Amino acid sequence: MTVDPRRTALALGRFGLGARPGDLAREEPVEESLRREVLAGTVPLPSGPDLSATPTLLAGLGAEEQARKLVRAGPPDAAMPAGPAPQPIQERVYRAEVAARLALAQGAPTGFVERLVWFWANHFTVSVARGPRMRVSAGAFEREAIRPHVLGRFRDMLLAAATHPAMLIYLDNVASVGPNSPAGQRKGSGLHGNKGLNENLGRELLELHTLGADGGYAQADVTALARILTGWSVQRDGQAEGLPGSTAFRRGAHEPGAMALMGRTYLDVGPEQLRMALADLAAHPATARHVALRLARHFVADDPPPALVARLSQTFLDQDGDLARLALVLIESPEAWDPVPRKVRSPQEFLVAATRGLALAPEPRVVMGALASLGQPFWSAPAPNGYPDEAGAWASPEGLRTRLDVAARAGQLAAGTDPTAFADAVLGPLATDETRTALRRAESRAQGIALVLMAPEFQRR
Amino acid sequence: MSDHCESHPSRRAVLGTAGALFAWGAVPRTAYAAPGSRDARLVVVVLRGALDGLSAVAPLGDPAYADLRPGIALTRDGNGDGRAAALPLDGFFALHPALPTFARLYGARQALVVHAAATGYRERSHFDGQDVLESGQPGPGHTASGWLNRLVAALPAGEGIPPRTALGVGVVPPLILRGPAPVLGWAPPRLPRASDELGRRVLGLYEARDPMLAEALARGLDVDALTKGGPREAGGKEAGGKEAGGKEAGGLRGLAEGAARLIAADDGPRIAALALDGWDTHANEGGATGRLAGLLGGLDGVFSAFAEILAPRWSDTAILVVTEFGRTARVNGTTGTDHGTGTVAFLLGGAVRGGRVLADWPGLAPAQLHEGRDLAPTTDLRAVAKGLAADLFGLSPAVLASRVFPGSEGVRPVRGLVV
Repeated sequence: MTVDPRRTALALGRFGLGARPGDLAREEPVEESLRREVLAGTVPLPSGPDLSATPTLLAGLGAEEQARKLVRAGPPDAAMPAGPAPQPIQERVYRAEVAARLALAQGAPTGFVERLVWFWANHFTVSVARGPRMRVSAGAFEREAIRPHVLGRFRDMLLAAATHPAMLIYLDNVASVGPNSPAGQRKGSGLHGNKGLNENLGRELLELHTLGADGGYAQADVTALARILTGWSVQRDGQAEGLPGSTAFRRGAHEPGAMALMGRTYLDVGPEQLRMALADLAAHPATARHVALRLARHFVADDPPPALVARLSQTFLDQDGDLARLALVLIESPEAWDPVPRKVRSPQEFLVAATRGLALAPEPRVVMGALASLGQPFWSAPAPNGYPDEAGAWASPEGLRTRLDVAARAGQLAAGTDPTAFADAVLGPLATDETRTALRRAESRAQGIALVLMAPEFQRR
Repeated sequence: MSDHCESHPSRRAVLGTAGALFAWGAVPRTAYAAPGSRDARLVVVVLRGALDGLSAVAPLGDPAYADLRPGIALTRDGNGDGRAAALPLDGFFALHPALPTFARLYGARQALVVHAAATGYRERSHFDGQDVLESGQPGPGHTASGWLNRLVAALPAGEGIPPRTALGVGVVPPLILRGPAPVLGWAPPRLPRASDELGRRVLGLYEARDPMLAEALARGLDVDALTKGGPREAGGKEAGGKEAGGKEAGGLRGLAEGAARLIAADDGPRIAALALDGWDTHANEGGATGRLAGLLGGLDGVFSAFAEILAPRWSDTAILVVTEFGRTARVNGTTGTDHGTGTVAFLLGGAVRGGRVLADWPGLAPAQLHEGRDLAPTTDLRAVAKGLAADLFGLSPAVLASRVFPGSEGVRPVRGLVV
């Protein structure tokens, strides 16, 4: 197969995180590079001294909060510690998680697997906007519940995500108690004397994570799944079994009895009840359709070709939710190779493509600031349905205006780079005559770089 | 009321175009507005996540209320703490104490509450619910355009009528404003602005190759011209690239102030929308204080920023606050509330005939609840929005039912919302 650099440039934008210098000159067909990343079968895990396991992080946060309380409660004449206050653990850890995620994105060969990680982390959104416990654990959620399964099975990811402490906290399941469980029957044991069901996680599992809003479930199914989920909580300090801050199934808070969900009955067999219910939801045809549509919409077009969605959906069902197979079918589908770039890069994709193309080591603080102004900081979606995935959401007047500011800044930072060489490296044959002309007329290198970053060929994929 | 009108010169312009020269104080308020004759401002605030209407405006007179909501119910006396006492609206309803600005406007007859309101959507998905609320369609699945955008498109254009544009606040435009009519966008800038020259060059590229990006960027650049001397300075000097804002309430207020400055400008947009997230209070919702109180306090700050900065236009301003649905009447097992149906809408501004709670109250007894769990909806939000659009902009029922809220022929506009 002869290597077509146009196809390479297109694919690195559509499926990957953007071309790095030299990528467009590679002799390996880009399909092979993409396939190899999937067939490697392992998803890179970020690492670093602050990237501990969730229980360690939550315990660290608890200890710091306790210590602050003690200081406040201490004698008023106690000497104040000198110097600036140390950074709280949740800020330190969040920064470390951002830096580690950026480093993996910067170094990934094509970035296809990282894109899949981002896609699935957004599918199972948890958000740091909900407070310190989320801020300290959102990155760990991705490391522990998402990455291990991105090339594995959907049902394993579903179970890992639904029962991860971060999700149990984020969607309020930690305090959900079966009304007829021993804990629910103990009157006056709660803060306000009432303990019971919270249906938040049950509903979003059906609507967002599995069947989809049109997946044919009713309020009774939401309630049933919420009941099945009762007792799934996070281990507290001072309890006998399990590490504090890890997932715990508290039988005493679990709603007793069999539950009917989507026409099937699940006996109260303890934690297995949820595992069976989630396995069935994961294998449901509505889930296959929902996942297929979201995947095709993310990679290919806001309104993806129905044939592509149908093929992905069938693959999901035939291959028992094998997500590596799904990724391969995506890149093997001719519909996914439409030469017209229909998607607009999200802010995260835009920034990472810029730092990869410019070979600028991403400075986490700068990238975090830029992502905040563009409206898409890591793990910070405003609601459980994650960040939007349509062009209309990101190619907005204010969104593009802000991209212009970011591009101008990047141009200044990379003013040592030659704009034409940069265009050759990241756009190659995709660069239009208009872009080339604008580059020749640029009044400075910084302006030239900014023009490449803002060119339609770079903004779209 | 007359003293209020006197302080607002924009009245003069309206009357001037009508060829009348009245003494201000002598003009009864009802004499002004033949529908559509004024230079009205309409701001729609979308609260995403489902506002608990029974806590925002509590039906203290309903005998079932307190028992449904142990731990979060508001009380007349704040259980002895005056600051926690609900603010009385009428003999039956009382306002959450975190909304003092709204209470003040209500007292001045410039704010009203619509209670037991809902869209036509009866499921409980936030995202479908928001789509229905913002698209103005009878059901989910229509996300091509929002009703406020179609309202702008339906406004008559002609001689002497300035071009109508709408303003979407925030980086991501809310669905309610997406569509064929031109929309501006604005968010408080955090980075140093790129040079005008770079903007022109990039726009040139887009015009040659990518109409969609060209249109969006052109509007983004347009707003810059409007905000010069406005919100950029208000947000503090940011030449060093330092992040502005910081604390949530301050950031929210900054957002409202910037938007209000744009709307207040002579050549500014007349219609604006902003969406505020975070109302999904499933756990630890709180009562007079706590999580929802904090959110409502932020919303009240938005009201006060609009009232302050829009003061010169206040008598022509209406602000409509809506949410996708309400929350369960009963407190749930985690001292919060789950997704429900009926809730409140707020309407405030100098153009509003306020000081009223509009409610066909369904009651909170078990048999009166929708599906045994939610406040039953008795007012269609589209009826409120249609009435407002008719009275403010003079749109006909036929246009409202065909273009702005398709399929709403049976939903009669609530008239008389505007003075």
